[in-house]
Amino acid sequence: MGRKLLLDKAHIEGIRYYDTYRSNGGYAAAEKALKTMGPDAVLEEVKKSGLRGRGGAGFPTGLKWSFIAKPEGVPRYLVCNADESEPGTFKDRYLMEFIPHLLIEGLIISSFALGANSAYIYIRGEYAWIPDILEQAIAEAKNKGWLGKNILGTGFDLEIYVQRGAGAYICGEETALIESLEGKRGNPRIKPPFPAVKGLWQCPTVVNNVETLAAVVPIINIGGDEYIKYGTGKSTGTKLISACGNINKPGVYEIEMNISVEEFIYSDEYCGGIKNNKRLKACIPGGSSVPVLPANLLLKTAKGETRMMTYESLADGGFATGSMLGSGGFIVMDEDQCIVRNTLTFARFYHHESCGQCSPCREGTGWMEKVLKNIEYGKGKMSDIDLLWDIQRKIEGNTICPLGDAAAWPVAAAIRHFRDEFEWHVAHPQEALTRNFGLAHYADPLPAPVAAV
Amino acid sequence: MAEVQFSEEKLNKVKEIIARYPAGKQKSALIPVLHLAQEAFGGWLSAETMDYVAALLQLEPIEVYEVATFYSMFNLKPVGTYLFEVCQTGPCMVSGADQIIDYIKNKLGIGVGETTADGLFTLKTVECLGACGYAPMMQLGKHYREHLTPAKVDEIIAECRSKANAN
Repeated sequence: MGRKLLLDKAHIEGIRYYDTYRSNGGYAAAEKALKTMGPDAVLEEVKKSGLRGRGGAGFPTGLKWSFIAKPEGVPRYLVCNADESEPGTFKDRYLMEFIPHLLIEGLIISSFALGANSAYIYIRGEYAWIPDILEQAIAEAKNKGWLGKNILGTGFDLEIYVQRGAGAYICGEETALIESLEGKRGNPRIKPPFPAVKGLWQCPTVVNNVETLAAVVPIINIGGDEYIKYGTGKSTGTKLISACGNINKPGVYEIEMNISVEEFIYSDEYCGGIKNNKRLKACIPGGSSVPVLPANLLLKTAKGETRMMTYESLADGGFATGSMLGSGGFIVMDEDQCIVRNTLTFARFYHHESCGQCSPCREGTGWMEKVLKNIEYGKGKMSDIDLLWDIQRKIEGNTICPLGDAAAWPVAAAIRHFRDEFEWHVAHPQEALTRNFGLAHYADPLPAPVAAV
Repeated sequence: MAEVQFSEEKLNKVKEIIARYPAGKQKSALIPVLHLAQEAFGGWLSAETMDYVAALLQLEPIEVYEVATFYSMFNLKPVGTYLFEVCQTGPCMVSGADQIIDYIKNKLGIGVGETTADGLFTLKTVECLGACGYAPMMQLGKHYREHLTPAKVDEIIAECRSKANAN
C-alpha cells in the first residue's frame, strides 16, 4: 500500500467535523507553525519540501510565496483556488467535501507565512453544497480559537471567507479568478504586474490550489526533508489523482510519486484495470488540456523506459512523445472510444469557455470546433486535418492567458498520434457514423485479458 | 410577477456578504448576490432583478449585466421548476452521456434548451462539472445526480413530479 499524507484519515467517521479532526492529530501543524516556527521558518520548510502547485502548472510553491511584495501598511491576501474546472479533475471537491479542516488548517499556516489577515476560498459555483460544509468548518475553527483575532495568543489575526463563482472555467486562471472575486467578468489580466505584487484589489496576493494548501499541513508536521522521501526527483510528496473514464474503479487516489502508470491503471489498489475486459486505447493523464497519449506511449516512454506517475516522467519526450501530470485529471479511454469525437467535445468545451478577450482564442476555438464537427459527422475533407493543425498552432502562445494553449494542445496531440483515425473518418464518412476506428497500432503492449467464460 | 424586493432575511444576508470585503469593495458581493437573487426570483435574472441588484450594491446596471451574461449559471430567460443540467464533456461522453441526453429528450419530449409545456422541466447541456469519476451526471438545483442510467433518470423525473404535486 502506498503511503498517504492527505487522505490518510479521510475515512475516519466524522473527520469532517472539528472534534474528530482534532482528536486525530488535526491542527497540530497550525499549532507548531504559529507557536514555535514563525513565518520565515514555515516558508523555508515549504521551500525545502519541493512542493509544486497542484492545480496543474506545477510551479514551486515556496518560490511563489517568496515573490509576495511586502509594502508597509498594505494588506496581503491569500486566495484559495477551488475553481476546479479542468475536465477530468475532481480531487479538490473530495478534499473539501470530506476533510474540510485540512484545507482550513493549510490556509491558517499559509496565511501566517505570508502575513495575510484575510483569505478567500473561491469555489466553482456548481459545487453549490460545498460552501456550507466549508463555512461550518470555518465556524468550528473560529469557535475553537484557530481563526479570528490574536490566534493562540501570537498576535496573528485571520478571517477566512468562502466565495462562490458562477460557471466559468477561465476563473481557474489566477488573474481571472481575482477579477471574478472583485465582482467582474473573468477576463485574465495582462502580466506583469503579477498577483504577488498587484493582485486582489491591487494588493499583494498569492493564489494557491486547494490541494497545494492542504499539502502544507503534512509538510509542517513531518518537515520538508521527510516530505521529499515521498516521491522521486522534482516530484516530491504525494499527489491526488482523479481517475475517470473506462476503468473499473474511478475515483480519487492519493499516490506517492514513485509508481508506474501501468501500476496505477492495472493494480487493484488504484484503477483496477480497464472496464469490461477491454483494452486500453489512449489516456489523457493530467486534465483535458494536456496531450493525449496512445497506450504504447503512455506505458513506456519513446526510449522504452517505464513511464512513471511523476511530473518528469509524464513529460518525458516533450510534446512529441510525452504529456504532462497537470492537475492529475486522469482520463482513460478504451478500445471502443473515438478520438475524433473526444477531441470534438474538448474543442467545444474550450470554445464555450473562452472569455473572448484575445481573438486567436475567441475565433480559433470556434473554428476548430466547427471543423472537428464536420469530420465527426461525415462532412470532413482531408485538408481539414492540416487546417486544424494550422489553427491550433496560431492560437498557441498568442493569447494573454494559457487557455489558448490549453485549447490548442489536445487538438495537436490528437492529430499527432491519431492522424490515421482522422483520415479514416474523412475517407469513410458513412462507416464512421456507425462504428469507431478501434485500436489500430496503438494497442497496449500488455496482453489482452481473456474474457470470462 | 411580484415586485422585485428581497425579504428581510435575504437583505441581512447581503449585508453579511458585503462585510467580507474591505470598505468600498462591495462590488465583490455581486456574484454571491446574483445567486441569491436568482434563487429568490424564479430561477432566472430578469432586467428588473438585475437593476434591483445594481441599486442594492450601488453599481451601474451595466456592471451587473456584463457579469450576469458572462457566467453560465445565471439564466437570462425563464427556466422550468426543475433544471436538468447534463454534462456532455469528454469524460462524461466516454461514459455514455450522449445516450442519457437522448433518453431525457425522448422521455420529456423536449430538445436541449427547451422547457416542457407544463413548465416543470428544462433540459440544458453543460460543460464539465467536476464529477468525471461518477459519470454520466447532471446538476439538479444545489446537488449533483451521478452514475445516471435511464432507470435513474426515470426516478428523478418521478421524484420531481411528486414534489411539484405536493406543492
